Amino acid sequence: MGFTVRQTIKYEAETDPGFAPLIKEKRGCEKLEACIQCGTCSGVCPLSIYMDHTPRQVILLTRSGFRDEVLKSNTIWLCASCYECTVSCPKDIKITDIIYSLKQEAIRARAYPRGFPIPVLAKEFYKMVRGFGRTTESFLVVKLLLKTNILAGLKMWKLGLQLVKSGRFGFVPESIKNRGQLQQILERVGEGNGTNGGPKK
Amino acid sequence: MSYAYYPGCSLKGMGRSYEESLLATFRALGLCLDEIDDWNCCGATAYMSVDEDKAIALAARNLAIAEPAGKDLVVPCSACYLVLEKTRKHMREYPDTRKRVCSALEGAGLRYGETARIRHPLEVLFQDVGVEGLKKAVKRPLKGVKVAPYYGCQIVRPFSNFDHQVYPVVMDRLLEACGAEVVYYPLKTRCCGGSLTGTIEEAGQRLAYILLHEAEKRGANVVATLCPLCQFNLDSYHESITRRFGQVSVPTVYFTQLVGYALGCSYEELGLGRHRVPARAALEGAETVAA
Ligand code: SF4
Ligand code: SF4
Repeated sequence: MGFTVRQTIKYEAETDPGFAPLIKEKRGCEKLEACIQCGTCSGVCPLSIYMDHTPRQVILLTRSGFRDEVLKSNTIWLCASCYECTVSCPKDIKITDIIYSLKQEAIRARAYPRGFPIPVLAKEFYKMVRGFGRTTESFLVVKLLLKTNILAGLKMWKLGLQLVKSGRFGFVPESIKNRGQLQQILERVGEGNGTNGGPKK
Repeated sequence: MSYAYYPGCSLKGMGRSYEESLLATFRALGLCLDEIDDWNCCGATAYMSVDEDKAIALAARNLAIAEPAGKDLVVPCSACYLVLEKTRKHMREYPDTRKRVCSALEGAGLRYGETARIRHPLEVLFQDVGVEGLKKAVKRPLKGVKVAPYYGCQIVRPFSNFDHQVYPVVMDRLLEACGAEVVYYPLKTRCCGGSLTGTIEEAGQRLAYILLHEAEKRGANVVATLCPLCQFNLDSYHESITRRFGQVSVPTVYFTQLVGYALGCSYEELGLGRHRVPARAALEGAETVAA
């Protein structure tokens, strides 16, 4: 008898060497390598107590090519984009922008749990704006609940009723007039998705 | 004074009372807001999470529409403000992005020239009207109103250039000019939970609880905010928050509702009846000063 041993940490050879370069090419992510691991970002982050990897860890994991760990981590979805980390980082790293790029990658790679509400919300929002040019919160909420958790929706009936009574819950979807123009613009801007194309120095 | 005005989707929906009170306040001060024609959604944080280039193009379309009027563009919603500012910054710093977005706009008959200055109503009131100007316009001093000034994150971070990023004071000064007592509120730029209040309730609603609880601890009888999402989060979940974390009862209103009230606008005009937690009791002390 003895110990059963199991590998708990990845070897560098198992990481994805293309991941850090990919992220560094995105707007706002150029300074990824400058991180000194001081932990200021994690300290000021109001949501780090709920994260599986703190913002500091996400920066290190990204830089070291731990693609799957990062894209599957709940950190990127818990980030509320409050920019507290970004304005506090002593190395001027735009942590919030890096997390945005990770969200984009995770959505593209479908690397999030099925039915997880945040990316679903983001995608429904995206579709609504593409179609109408505006968002109608009431429609968005109903769609989200149908796609993720109908029970949670039932629990919220009281709030919904109050919103209807106070005239804050729209029944007609908002839309712009010139939808064709908007779609044309979105079409033409292409699929560059955040690549910086070489920033101005 | 006249300004171009970008309301954003929330001010036409859940944040309707923000628009009502903003328009009433500006009217009472003799300022004019012209809503720009056929504006589209700014994209907010959600669009940015899916496709950032398209998010920038969306925001740039609004700026291109606003530019010909040659006026400052007033943007009351924090998410819109941040996205529009971020777009300007990226267009300035990344020539490749700018080229692509500009040519997409030009193909649709629009021109982006980076000429419109983006301004938050707080900044307009503070700089263009001024504390003294506002004081003179007050008809109903906010006596007995003890307010926690809550700015939230996206209006001061990371782009705002009109106030401090962690401890801003512009709203404090304006509310004092209206006769309110502004309590010390160190959490004034902490995150409200954003959309997490509805998606990951434990995390999101805890943040809302921390803010409401702190406001009560500091003796506030009302919280003033300047963002539709913050207002919604701090106003909509009192029962659930009380059940989960502890009793909260303080109401949350838009700063424009307080300023407008001081300027003599009515409860209805300001949309004060639209919120879940009524603020009437907090405003009781305010009275009309005989002219
Ligand atoms: S604050 Fe900046 S330097 Fe410090 S750990 Fe975070 S990203 Fe790295
Ligand atoms: S922007 Fe995101 S990661 Fe940074 S402090 Fe805020 S919630 Fe945390």
